[in-house]
Amino acid sequence: MVTSIEVDHVSKQFHKHYQRTLKQTVVAKLNGRKTKDTFWALDDVTFNVEQGEAIGIMGLNGSGKSTLLKHIMGVMNPTSGQVRTRGRVSGLIATGAGFHPEMTGRENIYMNAAILGMTAAETDDKFPAMAEFADIGDFMDTPVGNYSSGMSARLGFSVAVHVDCDVFIADEVLAVGDQPFKRKCMKKMAEIRESGVTLFYVSHAAPSVRKMCDRVIVLEKGRVGFDGDVDEGITYLHYDDDDDGGDEAAVLGSEI
Amino acid sequence: MTEELNPDGAGDSVAVRHDLEHVPLVDPTQKGGLVGVLRRRYLLSLMVKRELRARYIGSKMGLAWSYINPFTRFLTFYFVFGIILGRGQIPHFAIHLFAGMVVVNLFTESFNSGTRSIMQNKSIVQKMPLPREIFPIASMLVSLYHTGPQLVILVGACLATGSFSPDPIGLLAALMAFTIVILLGTGMGLMFSAINVMYRDWTRVVQIFTNMLPFSVPMMYPFTLVHKRFDPFPVLEHFYLFNPITEAVLLMQRAFWITTVSPSDAADAETDFGFKPGLSVNFPSHLLERGVIFIGVAIVFLVFCQWVFTRLDDKVPDRLI
Repeated sequence: MVTSIEVDHVSKQFHKHYQRTLKQTVVAKLNGRKTKDTFWALDDVTFNVEQGEAIGIMGLNGSGKSTLLKHIMGVMNPTSGQVRTRGRVSGLIATGAGFHPEMTGRENIYMNAAILGMTAAETDDKFPAMAEFADIGDFMDTPVGNYSSGMSARLGFSVAVHVDCDVFIADEVLAVGDQPFKRKCMKKMAEIRESGVTLFYVSHAAPSVRKMCDRVIVLEKGRVGFDGDVDEGITYLHYDDDDDGGDEAAVLGSEI
Repeated sequence: MTEELNPDGAGDSVAVRHDLEHVPLVDPTQKGGLVGVLRRRYLLSLMVKRELRARYIGSKMGLAWSYINPFTRFLTFYFVFGIILGRGQIPHFAIHLFAGMVVVNLFTESFNSGTRSIMQNKSIVQKMPLPREIFPIASMLVSLYHTGPQLVILVGACLATGSFSPDPIGLLAALMAFTIVILLGTGMGLMFSAINVMYRDWTRVVQIFTNMLPFSVPMMYPFTLVHKRFDPFPVLEHFYLFNPITEAVLLMQRAFWITTVSPSDAADAETDFGFKPGLSVNFPSHLLERGVIFIGVAIVFLVFCQWVFTRLDDKVPDRLI
């Protein structure tokens, strides 16, 4: 087994600015009010992930889940500590990035795929599979701006799940999309997991975490509150009484 | 659908297919700067095409607009400067102006759009780790693309005078002008794209600066007039010529304007603005040598801009809201 992700004592500090213009800042200073503040979005987070593990990231709103994902994606630099990853990291975190409303579904697929790191040849190869997965028919050659929100989400998803990656990050999962499409996505994600890709799954839905993951990390105010067995993690969060959730509850996992 | 994921080795895990044991653990935020942009040429080309397509999308004339715009601008110059004002003062003054306008536009466009580029693409910047230099560079390439039609109009206008006789040194001068402007436009766009994320006020400052620039270079007025006005204070003329865009404009005029002035045009011209036939009167001395120096300065400046960008780059995702 090879290490897929190494998160080593990672902390991230954010600044809160209370005033926006110079005048407001000066007035606040004169009145002795605070002009800025800091807080730790991640506080000494450490864990290792082996290739092929499926990790559920859970935690209440504002516990640092999205910030942690941004560090693993490489979008953000930690204030201290270090993150190391092996291979290509991709996932549902950037679905629809770079979509231009006036360009067609086809053009946007090529753009989004390039942003996710695919080459022209790779996209050509996988285009039929993507089109089939998105299942939007003739709309593929009309501007994305005319799509329903569900349709453009399907387009974004179909690109993301066809990237040949080593680490797959699923955030904002299935916020839009109808039941059949949700099922299709869950099935595809299970396939991705089976192929040995490291899976990072952020969700508030205990049942789908139970189904998808073999380890749970619970974040609490930027710290690792729990790291281990799935059922114990869900109990730790008191999410176990939530049995009517199902995939519907994944809707709640859409904050970023 | 597993076979789509595993085109060649069905059943093999990703770790085996990608030989992950021999792939190093790396810092995911390392994207390689300008070299990283070169590695992602395909994405860069798609971004440039998207910008170009998006600009004229839905219009019936499409890319023809990028010819119509500069052409009408040239006609306006011809009307104002060639017919209404100073007719006869400076031969082919519309070309004098338009030749400079081509490089000034290229610079201000790449500077302005480069400055806004990261903010405009923040949905991508916040989600995917890309070498963020790619955004101002794409803006510069889009501006460069729009220079093509302007050059076509410029050469067309030169040919229309009937006395256009381009020379190799003139072509070299034009090449140098573009080199200076591309290097500086890229550098400024790069540096201010990052600064603009930290301090949004800079969009306005850059706008003010690029509004002033066309008036600070000798294209709406001839260089001979500058020489005349600064005659009592030669130091000021030196300062005026320190502006690299001034140098680029003069190089363009060396290539396209002076080469259209035939001896009979020159004989008809009046001398109120100091115009006399001959290179040494209409241009500062050592024009080409100065051009070489400015290219050197522009290269150093681009390296400096990249250094500033790298310093600010880490903070960009934190400051994008």
